[in-house]
Amino acid sequence: MSRPGDRVTSVPVDALPGAAAPAVHPWRRFRRNRGALAGLVLLGLIALACVASLPFSVRRFNEMELESNRRPPTAAAPFGYDFLGRDLLARVLLGGAISLGIGVAAAGISVTIGVLWGATSALAGGRVDNVMMRVVDILYGLPYILLVILLKIAFEPMLVRAVGNAHAANIVVLFVAIGSVSWLTMARVIRGQVLSLKAQPFVEAARAVGIGPVRILWRHLMPNLIGPIVVYATLTVPSAILQESFLSFLGIGIAPPVPTWGSLAADGVNAINTVVSFWWLIVFPCLFLGLTLLCLNFVGDGLRDAFDPRQSVQ
Amino acid sequence: MRRHILVRLIIAPVVLWAIYTITFAMAISIPGSAFENPDRNLDPDVARAVKARYHADDNWRLYWEYLAGLTGWKRLRTGEGPWIDLGPSWSYRDWTCNQIVADALPVSAVLGLTAVLLAVLLGVPLGVLGAARRCSLFDYLSLAVALIGISLPSFVPATLLLLVLAVRLQVTEVGGWGTSGQVWLPAAVLSLPLMAYITRLTRLGMLDVLQSDYIRTARAKGASPRRVIWGHALKNAFLPVLSFLGPASAFAVTGSFVMEKVFAIPGLGTHFVNAVLARDQMLIMACVLVYSAILVLMNLLVDVLYTVVDPRIVLEDAT
Repeated sequence: MSRPGDRVTSVPVDALPGAAAPAVHPWRRFRRNRGALAGLVLLGLIALACVASLPFSVRRFNEMELESNRRPPTAAAPFGYDFLGRDLLARVLLGGAISLGIGVAAAGISVTIGVLWGATSALAGGRVDNVMMRVVDILYGLPYILLVILLKIAFEPMLVRAVGNAHAANIVVLFVAIGSVSWLTMARVIRGQVLSLKAQPFVEAARAVGIGPVRILWRHLMPNLIGPIVVYATLTVPSAILQESFLSFLGIGIAPPVPTWGSLAADGVNAINTVVSFWWLIVFPCLFLGLTLLCLNFVGDGLRDAFDPRQSVQ
Repeated sequence: MRRHILVRLIIAPVVLWAIYTITFAMAISIPGSAFENPDRNLDPDVARAVKARYHADDNWRLYWEYLAGLTGWKRLRTGEGPWIDLGPSWSYRDWTCNQIVADALPVSAVLGLTAVLLAVLLGVPLGVLGAARRCSLFDYLSLAVALIGISLPSFVPATLLLLVLAVRLQVTEVGGWGTSGQVWLPAAVLSLPLMAYITRLTRLGMLDVLQSDYIRTARAKGASPRRVIWGHALKNAFLPVLSFLGPASAFAVTGSFVMEKVFAIPGLGTHFVNAVLARDQMLIMACVLVYSAILVLMNLLVDVLYTVVDPRIVLEDAT
């Protein structure tokens, strides 16, 4: 979590995907990997279910029927009811949409900042490179929870005024907060890649004919960076979802009653006791959360293999 | 080499100072204050006096006073107090942050180190065996560990294991801290995601290394398979794991926030979360600085170890 997941994805430069070969038909190679393909399909189904059911889940997620408080699953409510008599199915579906949204937003932000930061650092080189990488080191040294809380507190009042909806502002702030602490790994990876690409003849040739750094980055380096970008963006999604769940567990995530998979799992865990078992409260959120993270990791690994045939299973 | 370490040691305080400045700016910009008590309205004069007593009314002065305490300048000037003074806690009024850190840090450190150690001791062999016997039972086992470790937020397996092992089977203790039996369960759960990554890194590294020429040479000259794998190959395949240990220790530290809550462990993570919620700026800064100092040291240590494991690597001067 200090950025648990994402700090974890630190891999030495020479083991990076895309270091050896540019991406030749990566999709064809990806398709041959059955596990990754199955993961992608399942992921698509889960995401589709969460997004398609939004009209239903948004209407129902906070509807309390107090008499069916903690009622086990029935045909009418296949996931049962939570401790306030709310339909768990609607909550899990909406929670999925929000959790996936957090993951995608974090990945988007981390790609944007990380690629720009890492590429600039590597292309500028020298003292600029050193200062920019020390900034990354310093941010790595800060517990991300503090950063997230701070970004939340600093921007939330502003956003509430702008959006006029406290829940929407809360969610957006968390998107941005988690996203803006997860670009560090991406920056390091991209810097390493650009450094090794920069030394190659085709970049030298481009520079020799007088192409500027921005164009070199965009036209000549970018195609070679797509591999690592896609792979690490895919791996950022599950780590952002996990981070949100830790924040929810500590009581500083998305504010209730809006659900996320993480907060639902935390609620389920808190409802555990030795006398009565409310198993559905923990099983269903964890099932969806676990399956999604599993699929994302499978897809991420599959992409890594697809973009770097050197390490794929022959 | 020696020069590189020296340069890093000189840079380290600068990094810590930057972290201190950022944390200070963030901590004072959190709305709310540890000196506001919703249950009891202090007389405005009294409230002002309390704030002045803690220098909470003058941020600029607080910044320099605190820095003087941290660097030992205050001790040098007054001749009393600790060399590294983390200041008084604003929410636990009878405690100094030094006392709180001295109580809580060993707890978190033991928990985190045990977890990292467990992860390396179990993850590396699992990854090696997975790569050496591809598609065997070990390979699938290592894959399964890796997937479970990163697919569920750790409070879920923690709570379930607690329920099964401590409550139903009563083989471990439910929580708390103090006896050696209370370390294993939280450390094991905390090490799961670490183990997942270490297993994967080792497996990938081994697969890569096993295809290289010097392994073929070693095999050709008749080294036993066991020696080739554990002696020749592992040494190089271990490098990615080594460079992961820096982020891993960061992870173990922050991951312990959750473990400390599940298992009611009085560690530094608990204090940090409480400090943030209570707006105790002093304790927030103390925790952040302690964590950051540990991280900076860990990263330096990893760099040095790197050159020990792989003499080909020459560290460049970070100038």
